[in-house]
Amino acid sequence: MIVDANVSLSRWPFRRLVGDETPELVRRLRKRGVAQVWAENFDGILHKDVGGVNARLAAECRTHGKDFLVPFGTVNPKLPDWQEDLRRCQEDYRMPGIRLHPNYHGYDLREPVFRELLNLAAERRLIVQLAVCMEDERTQHPLIRVPPVDCAPLPELLKRDPALRLVLINCDPAIRQGLLQPVLSAGGAYCDISMVEGIEGVARLVERVSPKKVLFGSNSPLFYFESALLKIQETGLSESEKDALLEGNARQLLAPVAS
Amino acid sequence: MEVLVRCMDRLGIERLLLSQGYSAELHPTPAQFREENDRVMRAVRAFPDRAFGSVYISPAYLDFSLQEFDRCVRDGPMVAIGEIEIDRRANVPEMDPIAERAIALRVPILEHEWLKAGGNEPGESTPHDVVELARRHPRLQIVCAHTGGDWERGIRMEMAVRELGAERVIYGSDVGGRSFASQLAKVTGAEIPESAKELILGENLRRLLTPILRAKGYSV
Repeated sequence: MIVDANVSLSRWPFRRLVGDETPELVRRLRKRGVAQVWAENFDGILHKDVGGVNARLAAECRTHGKDFLVPFGTVNPKLPDWQEDLRRCQEDYRMPGIRLHPNYHGYDLREPVFRELLNLAAERRLIVQLAVCMEDERTQHPLIRVPPVDCAPLPELLKRDPALRLVLINCDPAIRQGLLQPVLSAGGAYCDISMVEGIEGVARLVERVSPKKVLFGSNSPLFYFESALLKIQETGLSESEKDALLEGNARQLLAPVAS
Repeated sequence: MEVLVRCMDRLGIERLLLSQGYSAELHPTPAQFREENDRVMRAVRAFPDRAFGSVYISPAYLDFSLQEFDRCVRDGPMVAIGEIEIDRRANVPEMDPIAERAIALRVPILEHEWLKAGGNEPGESTPHDVVELARRHPRLQIVCAHTGGDWERGIRMEMAVRELGAERVIYGSDVGGRSFASQLAKVTGAEIPESAKELILGENLRRLLTPILRAKGYSV
């Protein structure tokens, strides 16, 4: 079975996608052997009413995929009272984690507010997913050009907070910057495979950073789900490595939150 | 090539149309073009059932490129031209003699083209440049690499099949920089008929290459 750690509900702002209606997405993912999905709400990328975004996400997950869709709420630390959004994610909606978009929300990882957010998330034992980018910069809308997140401060931040559990998703820019390995070796950090490229790219990644640090993530429905699945098929990983990547690592990461 | 074949077997890919060896040079010299073509021809000869070759040339070196076409395609084992990279745009007059050679031997050209949000590199073709070339040479078979480079925002598979017809879409992995898997997923994961997927995954390229394959005595 598969745990997909990188899925989004609602509408990608720039086009309609196959699977951007939740029932259809759930049907497609179940058919492909997915047992659990960690889902954010696309609306959280640009909307300012983050409270509304997270309420809709929680309702959508409850209505269309209870115990299948696991909601990861948006927190934007540049908005007023973001601490309340964080609280609601955990206490009101029982979310095991949050997703951050520092580049779309306009902050640098060196800003004190980011550290404060990480500290609060770690105290609450929330998983923090950080989207390094959402799509290739070259194909962005010309009026909304968003460079990838500069991950350089992360190793130091992770060292300072060993309780933090951070998942870098869509991490191709971090790989290109040579930062993925330093981040993943710094502490409780993981990455997904949605944007890992090159021949046997996933196998090379696993070899570099440890099979325990890599999660299956499809970036679906923005990317075709099959892309992540076929990357696993292309790699020639051992059965135990595949099991860890497809399901085991994510379940283990989620376990302390669920308990 | 052994690694490529290993991955092809895992994903059910029968053949490659191979180009450029593994050079990452954006502006190669004639000596580098020749070296890359030699590398590809060695791979094709070593794996004749798994790869066809495509000659790597550039309108920036027209005389050399025509000689290289003759060496690798007319007199050698290669069956296509390209990828024509970013030395010169597709609409330059130096492309005309290359196009004429391609038409004469009925081989397709794989042409790099992009529309980048941040602007193209100097010498990098846009799809509009390719249109100019196509208008000057209506019998030329051109494969537009990278689908204009705006796949995720502009064209996805469902849109390509809807707007162009499945007969005009070809699976290309760009393997090396990309993986077979991520590009294969754009076909296998698309909401299009199975018959369209068969065209995209093989039949269209087979149709394009049939004249030159027959001329060279390859099985089709």
